[in-house]
Amino acid sequence: MNTPLSWIKAYVPDLSVTAREYMDAMTLSGTKTEGFTCFDKNLEKIVIGQIMSIEKHPDADKLIVCQVNIGSETIQIVTGAPNVAVGNKVPIVLDGGKVAGGHDGGPMPEDGIRIKKGKLRGVESNGMMCSIEELGSSREMYPEAPENGIYIFPDDAEVGADAVEALGLHDVNFEYEITSNRVDCYSILGIAREAAATFDKPFVPPQPTLHGNGENAADYVSVEIKDTDLCRRYCARVVKNIKIGPSPKWMQRRLAACGIRPISNLVDITNYVMMEYGQPMHAFDLDTVAGHKIVVRRAADGDEFVTLDGQVRKLDKDILMICDAEKEIGIAGIMGGENSKITDDVHTVLFESACFDGTNIRLSAKRLGMRTDASGIFEKGLDPNNTYDAINRACELIEELGCGEVVGGIVDVHGELPAPHTLPLRPDWINGFLGTCVSTDDMVRYLRKLELTVDTDAMTVTVPTFRQDLEGEADIAEEVARFFGYANVPTTLPKGEATTGKLPFDLKVQELARRVAMYHGFSQAMTYSFESPKVFDKLLIPEDCSARTYITIANPLGEDFSIMRTLPLNGLLSSLSTNYNHRNKNVRLYELAKVYLPKALPVTELPDERVQFTLGFYGDGDFYDMKGVLEEFLDEAGVAGRLSYEPGKKPFLHPGRQANVLLNGETLGYLGELHPQVADNYEIGERCYVAVLDMPAVVPHCTFDRKYEGVAKFPAVNRDISMVMDKGLLAGQIEDVIVEKGGKLLESYKLFDVYEGEQIEKGKKSMAYTITFRAKDHTLSEEEISGAMNRILAALQELGAQLRS
Amino acid sequence: MKEIIEKIRTEALKAIEASGDLDTLNDIRVAYLGKKGELTNVLKSMKNVAAEERPIVGQMVNDARTEIEGRLEAMKKSFAAKLREQQLKSEVIDVTLPAKRRAIGHMHPNTRALEEIEDIFVGMGYEVVEGPEVEYDYYNFEALNIPANHPAKDEQDTFYITKDILLRTQTSPCQVRVMEKGKLPIRMIAPGRVFRSDEVDATHSPSFHQIEGLVIDRNITFADLKGTLEQFAKEMFGENTRVKFRPHHFPFTEPSAEVDVSCFKCGGKGCRFCKGEGWIEILGCGMVHPKVLRMSGIDPEQYSGFAFGLGLERIALLKYEIDDMRLLYENDERFLKQF
Repeated sequence: MNTPLSWIKAYVPDLSVTAREYMDAMTLSGTKTEGFTCFDKNLEKIVIGQIMSIEKHPDADKLIVCQVNIGSETIQIVTGAPNVAVGNKVPIVLDGGKVAGGHDGGPMPEDGIRIKKGKLRGVESNGMMCSIEELGSSREMYPEAPENGIYIFPDDAEVGADAVEALGLHDVNFEYEITSNRVDCYSILGIAREAAATFDKPFVPPQPTLHGNGENAADYVSVEIKDTDLCRRYCARVVKNIKIGPSPKWMQRRLAACGIRPISNLVDITNYVMMEYGQPMHAFDLDTVAGHKIVVRRAADGDEFVTLDGQVRKLDKDILMICDAEKEIGIAGIMGGENSKITDDVHTVLFESACFDGTNIRLSAKRLGMRTDASGIFEKGLDPNNTYDAINRACELIEELGCGEVVGGIVDVHGELPAPHTLPLRPDWINGFLGTCVSTDDMVRYLRKLELTVDTDAMTVTVPTFRQDLEGEADIAEEVARFFGYANVPTTLPKGEATTGKLPFDLKVQELARRVAMYHGFSQAMTYSFESPKVFDKLLIPEDCSARTYITIANPLGEDFSIMRTLPLNGLLSSLSTNYNHRNKNVRLYELAKVYLPKALPVTELPDERVQFTLGFYGDGDFYDMKGVLEEFLDEAGVAGRLSYEPGKKPFLHPGRQANVLLNGETLGYLGELHPQVADNYEIGERCYVAVLDMPAVVPHCTFDRKYEGVAKFPAVNRDISMVMDKGLLAGQIEDVIVEKGGKLLESYKLFDVYEGEQIEKGKKSMAYTITFRAKDHTLSEEEISGAMNRILAALQELGAQLRS
Repeated sequence: MKEIIEKIRTEALKAIEASGDLDTLNDIRVAYLGKKGELTNVLKSMKNVAAEERPIVGQMVNDARTEIEGRLEAMKKSFAAKLREQQLKSEVIDVTLPAKRRAIGHMHPNTRALEEIEDIFVGMGYEVVEGPEVEYDYYNFEALNIPANHPAKDEQDTFYITKDILLRTQTSPCQVRVMEKGKLPIRMIAPGRVFRSDEVDATHSPSFHQIEGLVIDRNITFADLKGTLEQFAKEMFGENTRVKFRPHHFPFTEPSAEVDVSCFKCGGKGCRFCKGEGWIEILGCGMVHPKVLRMSGIDPEQYSGFAFGLGLERIALLKYEIDDMRLLYENDERFLKQF
């Protein structure tokens, strides 16, 4: 919301502050002022001059030489302006002065344009006549200014006076951010009330006084509210003998400063009161209102209606309409109808000042796709008590500006109106809540400045209906804090019972995962939780796969962000792809983020959100490097028990190079080389390896406890074995046997050779292990070792592995 | 005899002095002290010495031997030292050649900032908690005093799954979930992902992170809120940071405030970074609304509390001077490497 300071000052006449002071103080008292524009920025040494004579320039056809009286003297100015005549009073920037911009109205230079005397085609010129654009303004604000010409003052302008002052440009426009609770501050009066309280100056709001003729509005029009739930009050007044014309300049300028284009006296008055009181109004041509009757009711589904902008609107039963005895004539609170709009030959006008349900207006405007100035205000939920003063103010202005004859009386239809409510005033509670020592006197003073009524005997505060936001004592405490000053509230730390700060266990495990990933060269990625349903095809997920059971966002930003991911890979692969496209070499990324698995579709309860530790890389490294990272992490996380790997069947991984990671038979995750087709789909031109650990499966096995087991005191014994077996036999199967049969004497085993080739029969391979035995409490005897070895060898033989001679 | 011994001694010492390396030294040792060495031969010929002279001669031989051995040893050490010196000289390397580094990965800037924030609050006795990202409308709005039809609930801000289930738009529902458990006092922070229906650009993302803070206890005051956040700001942005509280409005706090910190680039004088204001807005906060306490089963006459919410990306962008939010989700290694 934008308002010029001059308009605020109209109701706080004693206000005298710089723009900066105003902005800072208002912001600190709760009316956030985001910035300001000085209308007189870069305007220096500009006076009103009168053109005394005009001669042709001796050397230039398009220039004229003027003698200009600037009060103290007469100076010579050369100009090319086409529109000036002898006797005109015009703005003159003197030698050494400044104007804001060029006459073309283009972007204005930050420091303005300095004007110096000089010669134009050999003739001395001691200044410059200004257009409205050069004065940093526009024809929007000064509709009387000519297009492409010098601004001309009215004949009664004072020669030699400050031209900027005369134009009312010694003014500042402020931009506010009004919070949604302060409905009253979406108006000049609301802001002025806050300004008066902030600067401790008297607040002087207008007191509408109008005469009206001897007739009664009720004889002209009747009003019936059918849907009282959506319309709490409807005030109507009638104005006859309308004289349409421009509104006065002061009104035009105030509206233009607020960003509203002046149109005509009637329209400008409704807009003016909307800004001033925060109450939108509407004017109907009473001669078009059938039966001179207003009915407020819901539309019917499927109705069509032409609004005053000529558009056909489709209505439904939740849209509130203003109707006459026969037809719909306006969409309540949003826009009037073409069939009742004011034209230049209007005779009698019906003014409407009503209070509609904010939520209904907001939802209707949204469905209709037409958010208007009026609906934007109505949707905040207005005070029904404001409609009365506002319509009277509008009619007062009608009389003041002589644009019609106001019919006496008002048609005012309403149900029960809100009444001021009373809250207890407990200064001790307020000070206890704020941690302050504000005196009761000060509290009372702050509250009264805001037009709240304080009863110091009963210790109560009565809240006027325009402050719907003040519901309880905490709200009153905030009003006290605002005017005591947030800055003056002391700073303390919470007392009371000490608490232990800590990270929950699963977050500690995640922290460890990050550390391990980092030490292995993986950088942390973050990707979106939502993605496109197309990723399943990209990842070669079959149609019937459970991964395709996903949660759909009802109102996504587009298909690319429309479903909650059930697999963690797409984000990471897309990031790897980005890196590959940027020609980054050897990129390793990981992410710790959730997948969202619905418990049932359609969704009726919250999904299972599972944190996935996802790693991926391309460049240096292979499957076993990735496997190493997982094992280092699980080791470091204290995961006890034996990990095993079984060949996996993930469609997005290389069918021969992937494994599920199991702990004691329970799946923790998987790893593998990316399927070359998937790598192609993501445009990653190198082999790419990924791994995923399901953290909710991993965390229960983690522990940060450690126990010292002593270092071995007795010697270890190594035995090497070399075996020939079918190629398909897995190392994991061999190792299962070694572990099972080695028993508790087995300390470790290590694969040291795998060979396929000429020395060996086709379809076979050889594998060689070093097996290490040790006992904690004695030196192993030959019998013990050979016993264990024999058991291992026998079982391996059964598996089909032959000891190599 | 004596002359012979003296001659051997002199010759041997001379030879040692003249020797150039360990091998020569060894030859000398063999030649004089070895089994067939000259001095050994002298001993062998002792039988030709008069009996009364034998002890004297024997003593002479031993003395000569000791002296020669001593010299040999000393010479050997000096040779070894020389050799070591030569070796060291020959092994000089160019220490300015490039280091061999293990390519260690990097933290995401969000995480870097989050860890710093968590450390500060954990140090002040706050527990870190988490809540669901897909959330019930009740927790995200209603229990936070944002009733049905509140403009903030409008579809343009919130991603909905169903009428009652949505992607949380704030971490504030964690407040309600913690309060509902009824374990008081509460001091917690809740970091996490939140979602709003904003198109991606340099300053917006439909998915970002917030950190919610909540303290509930007896006699918690607005002054405590100010003190806590001032301490946080000083630890996060430096001891000289000043903090400004501006009145604001949030449905679930009353009174509410927005908090600015003095610009950590210019110290508050005004610069390009703070757009000449000298202040940078970092968070929103307030005293927990009595209605919110009551809805979560806490008696506002007995207990009070404060809550605050920070945008993690905002802090990360400010602190690390990142000028485009999209960089945070692109995951280009050249970007991540810098953190």
